[in-house]
Amino acid sequence: MCRTGALPDPDEEQDVDTTDAAFTALLEDSAEELYEQAPCGYLSTLMDGTIAKINTTLLDWLGLSRRRVVGRMRFTDLLTMGSKLYHETHYAPLLQMKGHVNGIAMELRAAEGARLPVLVTSKVKTSADGEPLLVRTTVFDASDRRAYETELLRGRQAAEQARRQAEADRERLQEALAVLQQSLLPTALPVIPGLETASHYHTASPDLLGGDFYDLFPLDDARWGFFLGDVCGKGPQAAAVTSLTRYTLRAAALHNPDPVEVLTTLNTVLSQRYSSGDTRYCTAIYGTLERRDDGFAVDLASGGHPLALVRRADGGAEYLPTPGGMLIGIMPRAKFTPASTMLVPGDTLLLYTDGLTEARIGPRRELYGDDALRAFATAQPSATGPQALVTALTALLDSFGDGLDDDTALLALGAPALAPAGGGPA
Amino acid sequence: MDIRHRNNVTVTGRADGPVVLLAHGFGCDQNMWRMVVPALAEEYRVVLFDYVGSGRSDSSAWSEQRYSSLAGYAQDVLDVCQELDLRDVAFVGHSVSAMVGVLAAAKEPERFSRLVMVAPSPRYIDEDGYRGGFSAEDINELLESLDSNYLGWSAAMAPVIMGNPDRPELGAELTASFCAADPDKARVFASTTFLTDSRADLRTVTVPTLVLECAHDVIAPREVGAYVHAAIPGSRLVTLNATGHCPQLSAPEATAQAITAFLGGSR
Repeated sequence: MCRTGALPDPDEEQDVDTTDAAFTALLEDSAEELYEQAPCGYLSTLMDGTIAKINTTLLDWLGLSRRRVVGRMRFTDLLTMGSKLYHETHYAPLLQMKGHVNGIAMELRAAEGARLPVLVTSKVKTSADGEPLLVRTTVFDASDRRAYETELLRGRQAAEQARRQAEADRERLQEALAVLQQSLLPTALPVIPGLETASHYHTASPDLLGGDFYDLFPLDDARWGFFLGDVCGKGPQAAAVTSLTRYTLRAAALHNPDPVEVLTTLNTVLSQRYSSGDTRYCTAIYGTLERRDDGFAVDLASGGHPLALVRRADGGAEYLPTPGGMLIGIMPRAKFTPASTMLVPGDTLLLYTDGLTEARIGPRRELYGDDALRAFATAQPSATGPQALVTALTALLDSFGDGLDDDTALLALGAPALAPAGGGPA
Repeated sequence: MDIRHRNNVTVTGRADGPVVLLAHGFGCDQNMWRMVVPALAEEYRVVLFDYVGSGRSDSSAWSEQRYSSLAGYAQDVLDVCQELDLRDVAFVGHSVSAMVGVLAAAKEPERFSRLVMVAPSPRYIDEDGYRGGFSAEDINELLESLDSNYLGWSAAMAPVIMGNPDRPELGAELTASFCAADPDKARVFASTTFLTDSRADLRTVTVPTLVLECAHDVIAPREVGAYVHAAIPGSRLVTLNATGHCPQLSAPEATAQAITAFLGGSR
């Protein structure tokens, strides 16, 4: 658009003439007219706020005559009460300190009692020696913008409200889940004379019900049933199967405590459910303890569960092999493998779920594994009983950090070690 | 708790001079005083601070419960006095801080020797037989005004950073945007300022008091100044020929002169 010294292309000559004519027409728009009819409000005020000059656009918005305003009203007189307060507490101090303020939202008392949302910008004009002389202010109609912002604000408030609600809901849900999870585990293990017991449950996520379970309960005066297992999956569906499994095991054991029979009954119950469409199965070890003169006889059977570990009084540890035990609840008929052992004083039987042995450790995130668990049990001090072993394993689980991403249940049973001859504390 | 950091305490002026404690009102921070500080600093030890939630205070120390009553702000004043072991304090409070000073002096009278109330109002809302200048609806409008100016585009009012203590490199920008405030905290300060009725507390004032008002102040009109003056027996009333609510900015020389005259004259 800017004409330079270069010769115009003759073909463009006519276009340029037309443009010049349009500019000339614009220039007839006097500075005064530009001021008075500008698409925004203009006003100038003395330092005490008295209005010295105001344009027609703003007077029209306000429905006021120049005579009533100039020299008679202050800028704050044009504002609604809320904006007046805002002006006095924020706008005026800022303007006095910085000499200018940009784009502040206020409301004018417009014609016929209406309110006009505006954006106000002011700049102080100073004399050559820096004395403030007057304030020049522009006022933009912000009705549309304000309506949009009100929507934004409402949206933000609604989102904030929804967030609070969601947080409250989540807390309630976690509480309910914790209660439900507790209901799947015994509140306390029964006290059995001559037997030390310990258990631990590690919850991987407070938002998800785990599927691990265990229990210990009397069968008659000299026998007790125990089990520990893991329903596949997590969440409410897994919890429902866990509940079914737990009560089935207890009821079956009272009817016939033989371990293979108990697991077979559980398999029948779960496989009926399995064929109904919910393909959930579990792994479990069920067993009985029978008091003998020299300790407790253990008979157990395993359905696809990690091997039980026995830590002997001499500090050695061995797995109880139960080869070929099948997952429980998939096939209508399943085979479970029995095993037996004797717990003499100082021996501890440890049952656990695969959260422990399948934890990932170290920088290469390797499986913790069966060998490491046996070595860990062996490395414990010689007098380690069920409680001490579970305490040590709990610390081990904590040390896995985020390498432990599954729920983990521990159950340890053992006959306490006899006090060394002549050496025990009084 | 490091009170100097929490309340962004600044100490200036004559180290061995009598103490003048300057307390800002709603809407800004200790920068409000910067045009009168030089005049006061010649003779006085000048202590400035920001209330928690304002200016460059440590906003992590803010709680809605504490700062929903003027007593919470008065405790900030007392905390600062205790931290610096201030005695014989001449307390100069602007706007709502004038009443905060009254509460602080009532709680620990031994610390305070003078009270200067700049543009005070013990009650902003009109009631039968009392004219504060505003209705409850007006105050709601102000709160809306606050909200609409915190939406983000109005850079002067919105904080440059909102609760981002782990990015200290933004501190310089924060200084540049003084008087910016966290909208939630400002809202609480606004409600507490404009909805509290402190008229009964005026009766507890026992120290020599100066009521410093402006001739044209929409927030604290002259009849409110007269009310405060009448409610505090023996108080002095000075009306500055100034417009607006902040004479320390619009008429700094006259304001400083009125304060020093009162402090020196009644000594």
